[in-house]
Amino acid sequence: MERIPILKVGPNLLVTIQVDMHDQTAIALQEDLTARIVEKRASGVLIDISSLDVVDSFIGRMLANIAAMSRILGATTVVVGMRPSVAITLVELGLSLKGVRTALNVERGMEMLQAEEQAETNAGRHPEL
Amino acid sequence: MSGSSRIPEVLRDNEAEILAEWHKLQLAASTGRGTLREADLREQSRAFLSAFREAVQGGDLQDTRSENWAAVRDVLAEVSRTRARQGFTPVETAAIVFSLKQPLFDALAAAYGSDTAGLVKEIWTATQLLDRLGLLTFEAYQKTREDIIARQQQEMMELSTPVVQLWEGILALPLIGTLDSARTQVVMETLLQQIVQTGASIAIIDITGVPTVDTLVAQHLLKTVAAARLMGADCVISGVRPQIAQTIVHLGVELGDVASKATLADAFRLALKRTGRAVSRLSAEGRG
Amino acid sequence: MPDAIRNSERLPIHASGDVVAVRQAVRACAVQLGFGLVDQTKIVTAASELARNTLVHGGGGWMELEIVEQPGRKGLRLTFEDRGRGIPDVNLALKDGYSTSNGLGLGLGGARRLCNEFEISSAPGEGTRVTITRWNL
Repeated sequence: MERIPILKVGPNLLVTIQVDMHDQTAIALQEDLTARIVEKRASGVLIDISSLDVVDSFIGRMLANIAAMSRILGATTVVVGMRPSVAITLVELGLSLKGVRTALNVERGMEMLQAEEQAETNAGRHPEL
Repeated sequence: MSGSSRIPEVLRDNEAEILAEWHKLQLAASTGRGTLREADLREQSRAFLSAFREAVQGGDLQDTRSENWAAVRDVLAEVSRTRARQGFTPVETAAIVFSLKQPLFDALAAAYGSDTAGLVKEIWTATQLLDRLGLLTFEAYQKTREDIIARQQQEMMELSTPVVQLWEGILALPLIGTLDSARTQVVMETLLQQIVQTGASIAIIDITGVPTVDTLVAQHLLKTVAAARLMGADCVISGVRPQIAQTIVHLGVELGDVASKATLADAFRLALKRTGRAVSRLSAEGRG
Repeated sequence: MPDAIRNSERLPIHASGDVVAVRQAVRACAVQLGFGLVDQTKIVTAASELARNTLVHGGGGWMELEIVEQPGRKGLRLTFEDRGRGIPDVNLALKDGYSTSNGLGLGLGGARRLCNEFEISSAPGEGTRVTITRWNL
């Protein structure tokens, strides 16, 4: 069974989903990511789904779960690259993925994560906060 | 019963003559309205008759919806489509099939000779068969016209859903007219395509031109907002009239965290602020 | 009068790899029928939901894929069938947000919205059959 590779890019983790995943692969990804967030003390997770031409409720819930679990572990998740036809279908399916941050592409997603990390660092410098 | 019908053999033995006579009848019947070159007419007739002969040899002379008649249905659909596009009336198109009766009956009469009982039965079978096929052209014709109308409606909807780039990263989508589910699909597709093309992060949806906002319209709006959000773009709804604000509250529609403004200008100012910009007045020297 | 059926194919659904196979088969068929991209995505997504239901809730089953025809238009008809426990209250299952005790939503309501036609028959002890159709309009 294939496992989706997770790359470390600075303080963030980058996941590029390029295959039509089995359900088990998706579950394995969730587990791998949460383990890796802790192991690498990552502050951000970027999930690139620009290669996916289908996102059903299982994958949708996986993305929501990853966002929720990483938040608990102190990391921000951004899902990027959703295709228009996939977005329209997901909304019709009734999944709006509230609680999952999104961006148009990897570049924007990284900017978002960096801005977030910057804000956290600044906040850390003010002892009264 | 198809087992005892001689139509397959009569068709096989007389195909060329039947085709020639049928073609002559078609030419005589054409009113000159609509244009179809004689070569094309001949080819379509030949294709139909050939498919018809093969289907009839398949044994089933009743169920024209079965797999056996698939090739014939395809030819008829093509005939109907081309005739519809060229402005032929549906009666003219169905008549093409009905006019095959005469040559076929002539061939059957020759084959049955003095066996009038057999001939009458055969003519009845052939009539029913060709009637069914003729009606299929009628249905397909109507469907083609409906498709043309539907496509024109689609084009009109797309034309009436312009997406304007107000500034880098800021799109405006003025909605005019009712927002039903078909229109919403077009709106979503157009907006999302533009988000990809321009890399926009904010979309202002202006509903000044939407006459009423009921629960359904509100749902369609929220769907559009949700879809844009999934692609990383936030939406601001503008052009909310006082009555609409009242309706939204009374209906209990939850706008959630979607910002809404009364005017497009206010929405634009908000969008600029969210993207880290502001409009400032030039100093007296600057204006020269 | 019933719609004319052109080709039909049957795919087994017994493992999660089969759900992937279902998605790919439906996608290939939709492309062949000339469906637009959004329409393709909708029917493939609906198929994925229903195939997973068949596997996870129905204990495995199969999908029948048919190209159907009406005068002037062609469509894709998918039938998902299993011999599982059946759904006690179909109307409840069709409501959004419905989920069984283990937290897995049946996704039926969503799948229905993605199709032009939707039929379901199910009863406790009798398994479930869901038929969806999407026309190329």
